[in-house]
Amino acid sequence: MIAPPESFARVNGTDPEPYPNATTNACKLCTPLGACLAFRGVRGAIPFLHGSQGCATYIRRYVISHFREPMDIAASNFSESSAVFGGGLNVRIGLENVIRQYKPELVGLATTCLSETIGEDLAGHLQDFHGGHPGGVDGAPVPPIVPVSCASYRGTHAKGFHDTVRALVDTLCPGAASSSTGSAGILPADDAPASPNGTRAPRPRSPKDAAAPPPPVALFPGMLSPADLRELKRIAAAFALPVTLLPDYSDTLDGPSWADYEKLPSGGTPVEAIRALARAQASVEFGRVLARAPVTAATVLARRHGVLPCRLGLPIGLRETDRFIEHLAALAGREAPAEIARERGRLIDSWVDGHKYVFEKRAIVYGEEDLVVGLASLLAEFGVTPVLCASGGRSGHLADALRAAVPELDERTVIREGADFAGIADQAAALQPDFFIGSSKGYSLARRLNVPLVRCGFPVHDRIGGQRILHVGYAGAQSLFDRIVNTLLDRKQAGSPVGYAYL
Amino acid sequence: MNAAQSIKILPARAASITVAGTGSAAPAPLACDRNSLAGSVTQRACAFCGSRVILYPIADALHLVHGPIGCAAYTWDIRGAQSSGSQLFRNSFSTDLQEMDVIYGGEKKLGAALRELIARHSPKAAFVYSTCIVGLIGDDVEAICKEVSAATGIPVIPVASEGFKGTKKTGYRAACDAVYRLIGTGDIGDLPPVSINLLGDFNIAGETWVIRDYFKRMGVHVVATLTGDGRVDAIRRCHGAKLNLVQCSGSMTSLAKMLEKDHGIPFRRVSFFGIEDMSAALYEVAAFFAPQDPGLPGRTQTVVREEIEKLMPELRRYREKLAGKKAAIYVGGAFKAFSLVRALRTLGMTTALVGTQTGDKDDYEMLRQMCDPGTVIVDDSNPLELAKFCLEKDVDLFIGGVKERPIAYKLGIGFCDHNHERKEALAGYVGMLNFAREVYASVMSPVWQYTPRRAQRHAPRHHEEAAA
Repeated sequence: MIAPPESFARVNGTDPEPYPNATTNACKLCTPLGACLAFRGVRGAIPFLHGSQGCATYIRRYVISHFREPMDIAASNFSESSAVFGGGLNVRIGLENVIRQYKPELVGLATTCLSETIGEDLAGHLQDFHGGHPGGVDGAPVPPIVPVSCASYRGTHAKGFHDTVRALVDTLCPGAASSSTGSAGILPADDAPASPNGTRAPRPRSPKDAAAPPPPVALFPGMLSPADLRELKRIAAAFALPVTLLPDYSDTLDGPSWADYEKLPSGGTPVEAIRALARAQASVEFGRVLARAPVTAATVLARRHGVLPCRLGLPIGLRETDRFIEHLAALAGREAPAEIARERGRLIDSWVDGHKYVFEKRAIVYGEEDLVVGLASLLAEFGVTPVLCASGGRSGHLADALRAAVPELDERTVIREGADFAGIADQAAALQPDFFIGSSKGYSLARRLNVPLVRCGFPVHDRIGGQRILHVGYAGAQSLFDRIVNTLLDRKQAGSPVGYAYL
Repeated sequence: MNAAQSIKILPARAASITVAGTGSAAPAPLACDRNSLAGSVTQRACAFCGSRVILYPIADALHLVHGPIGCAAYTWDIRGAQSSGSQLFRNSFSTDLQEMDVIYGGEKKLGAALRELIARHSPKAAFVYSTCIVGLIGDDVEAICKEVSAATGIPVIPVASEGFKGTKKTGYRAACDAVYRLIGTGDIGDLPPVSINLLGDFNIAGETWVIRDYFKRMGVHVVATLTGDGRVDAIRRCHGAKLNLVQCSGSMTSLAKMLEKDHGIPFRRVSFFGIEDMSAALYEVAAFFAPQDPGLPGRTQTVVREEIEKLMPELRRYREKLAGKKAAIYVGGAFKAFSLVRALRTLGMTTALVGTQTGDKDDYEMLRQMCDPGTVIVDDSNPLELAKFCLEKDVDLFIGGVKERPIAYKLGIGFCDHNHERKEALAGYVGMLNFAREVYASVMSPVWQYTPRRAQRHAPRHHEEAAA
């Protein structure tokens, strides 16, 4: 059931999705953070925020606290006069400097609430910039510049992330009618119908393609960890299926130690590979909540280029991973490789070994809406009851997506959109949870209730290795299951007067 | 071409970089104290950040960020500022403005949010921070604050901290203006004559308590700390002190000047970092009050001696290991940079690169004089410049904040966090010891030998030898 509206008095009156007047300890971040993360997954890309320099600085610090990797974000550094007279000059100087310094392969130009509010004409600024620099900047060519609208009063970091992935496809994979590359992409106004979930056959290839290597599958993974992205690539490789992941920050946000300074960390999806997505054999887009959005990267490819989309849940847990694997098998035209099948077998075997420790335990799950769906699905599979599924997002689709993915949910599960941690705290004690699962932001509440926290998602900035937390695939389910069971065992052992070393 | 060579300084940035002890008798002053260059990836933050940093540790106040969610979310309980009582300040309150609020204005929502939160948390005062868009959508924050203050009976104080108004420095001034509204409203009848305020200490990891203990042992009464472990009622009384000690001078000198002008309280700029500066600060206070309290200098000497005796044996051990190592410093304010240059000398280390986000001409002239010849001095630097100089100077340690950490670590360089997010006390004598321990732990760690850049150095010809 959807929780009753928060008890706060509201001024927004009859709004069907009323917003509380005050948010206390938000369970979300702002849109430009999502944009910066997504742009970091493009090779040689630098994110550029059109707004105050504080936005870039805060987001850099936040991202670094989780990934522990360099995260350079440029900004147009609005001043008082640019807030009054417009930021056109700042955009020009900023782009020149960032191209001069970094020689990027792509600039990801995201607005902020400031530039959105004063109504900056980003498309116009970009046109001026391209027109003014036909020969590049100091010999460095002007790379593609991908604009994306990121007003933080419209949605959360998850929206910023998905909108950015869509903007990359939108700008770099123009349709026949669109202008050529690099120009300011105007987001399509037409709402292509969302494709239903489910496995589809791949687009049939004509006989003349037979000799050429098959075009890649476009995979839009959503906001996962670098470890997750590596796992997805490993799974695709096991199927010998060429896949282009967008974004792919598995190296840029979890890279090795350097022999010399890298202005922009190596790795990421090459711009050319994104352009080539117009010829992808199919697309897979994760996120059951995202699947209810009218326009996404997958729908843009479908509408413009006839790339068949498949919109699945994040492959977290057994069933959602099964669906992904089945779809890959269909695309690759082969059975799941033995290596994958054995992982699945070991996972189920471990669930048998540990089932008594977790059955009917009560969990509070929070995070981005699609992550919450995935985690709730995983928990339900081995008998944990998600007593509260909460997200700061407000898609209006969380409950539907949860019910579709987790049929065993019943009235014991409270589902909250637009939640903050004060709201979660109001309900948490009465729900008597055995553990929390989500980001570090739940720690203070978990500590207050003396309940353990299983850390995952973003941000994890009170532990090392947030970037290496594995959520997806059978291996991800295995890792999460082991951690959950061991967390409960640890709690039981620590609280025991006897203290057995043999459990 | 390696990175040190390939990273070019942007033409518009060249005047903000200089080298100590070179050439002309009267070198041109460093270009500083100006807006950051667009696209340069400044390490600076915005006016909101400056205000939030200063006021955040006032523990029993409600801190409401008026704007969309980001500014509040990124400042939720990430700092090391501690409180001995109320933990209210560690929450993140936001009006979380939505599109309709931006279109129709956020005043009603702000008023309702304030009333809700004040009813729920019973704070002693409330601060309302304006973010970028608040000025643009024309909310009359001052009027709402007045209205709510009248209705609730607590001070509700607007902070003019719209991010685009400037750097942290602009926000510092806005915060000082805001907190100044509280000052002078408390009873000061019972305050002793030998009494001070501590300005610009934020009780990171309990530092305020360390410093307060020294003054207690000296017999100096501390009226209020601004804002470490801060309390609204104490701040109301701080006009009753006879001297203001301004640590972290960039942040709170403007408040000290207001207190001097309106209440005749003189101030001294001091630093609590490093043995020399900490001792100088205590002696400064002793000298100031010696006419009223002739025993004070003697008691101060005792405190200083006791503290230094406690830490010297261990410090000497670190010094033996660290002597000759080179450090880079990039911090917010110049006074901290001065202290760090001295503290590193105490450890036998040299400073090869030093920079700040907000220093002024005098600060940089001071750095030029106090640093060894050849030390690179930068204002408002960026990651590429910092990386370039770290490589050129081949430093063993970087002292900075979280944003600088990956620059150091990726290059196999040790790191010490000296920013507000740290959870280690680095002020006072015990802080010097903690600093030395942290520097020692990072610089002397065995892990660096495996990092590619340093490994090349340890065994540069492995392959060639094998081939031969």
